[in-house]
Amino acid sequence: MYPLVESAHVLTLCLFLGLAVMLDLRLLGLTLVRVPMSEIKRRLGPWMVGGFAVMVITGAMLFYAIPVRSYQSIWFRIKVVTLVLAGLNALVFHTTIDRRIAEWDRDPVPPRAARRAGATSLVLWAIIVVAGRMIAYNWFDCDKQPQRAIVNAIAGCVVGPR
Amino acid sequence: MSLLPFFQWAEATSLGTAIRTSPWAFAMIESFHLLALSVIGGAVLIVDLRLLGFGLRKQPIAEVAQNARPWLIGSLTVMLVTGVGLFLSEPTKCYYSTPFAVKMTCLALVIVFTFTVRRRVTMADEGRVQPMWLKLVAFVSLALWFGVGAGGRWIGFSG
Repeated sequence: MYPLVESAHVLTLCLFLGLAVMLDLRLLGLTLVRVPMSEIKRRLGPWMVGGFAVMVITGAMLFYAIPVRSYQSIWFRIKVVTLVLAGLNALVFHTTIDRRIAEWDRDPVPPRAARRAGATSLVLWAIIVVAGRMIAYNWFDCDKQPQRAIVNAIAGCVVGPR
Repeated sequence: MSLLPFFQWAEATSLGTAIRTSPWAFAMIESFHLLALSVIGGAVLIVDLRLLGFGLRKQPIAEVAQNARPWLIGSLTVMLVTGVGLFLSEPTKCYYSTPFAVKMTCLALVIVFTFTVRRRVTMADEGRVQPMWLKLVAFVSLALWFGVGAGGRWIGFSG
């Protein structure tokens, strides 16, 4: 069961993040520059939403399989914080420069604020992917003491007196 | 003819040994393999969705394919380089792994298919290719890439 859910999680990455990457690259003016931004959003949006839903569901299942280990994983915590930041980045984009999309819809290279949103998204998602993969490694696990104090603090390890 | 000697040679290479004995190398290479996966996923899907009649439907197929190509080739290159690194760290395991064999077969087929049939079809005059053929090409591409991805993930799960 776990391998199946894990595989679905990783393969849906292609659908959701793959299309998100193409959208971000369009925001940077690096691909599909002749396609209006609104067209990209309208046509790819539903696929991204669908892919994201699968990622969230399978991700929740993977978490539920090993909740304590995940919760005390430094990588899991980095991943969740970065996910929130990616959400905030998207929120800022939608409530600011995206509101005025009509002004730059057909620009081959969108305005600076849009490019910044695209670049930020790419960086944050790269961190999310790498941190997610690292959850599988136990270098910084709480049961592998001694760990550095900072690791124990970030991971929320409960360390007994040594 | 057995391929075992090749896998044994790969196991003995200094690069393979270095990756195998390093506590971080495999995870680092794997991370870049995954990041490139995100890019190649988008570059493949955006074209195959279009061939199926979804996604960027208002744009010509050739334009979508042309725009995706540099990202496809770039990410494929990163996938291949990092993939060789991952392989060198455990060639003997790969030799006995069915998922690895499935993955390599699908990979060889999909690379050939992508740069011959799929390339010609995406570049052809749209009116001259029947929609059914466009859909078939997308289906073959997606099925083979799925074999590559699922096989790849399963190498890690099997013994």
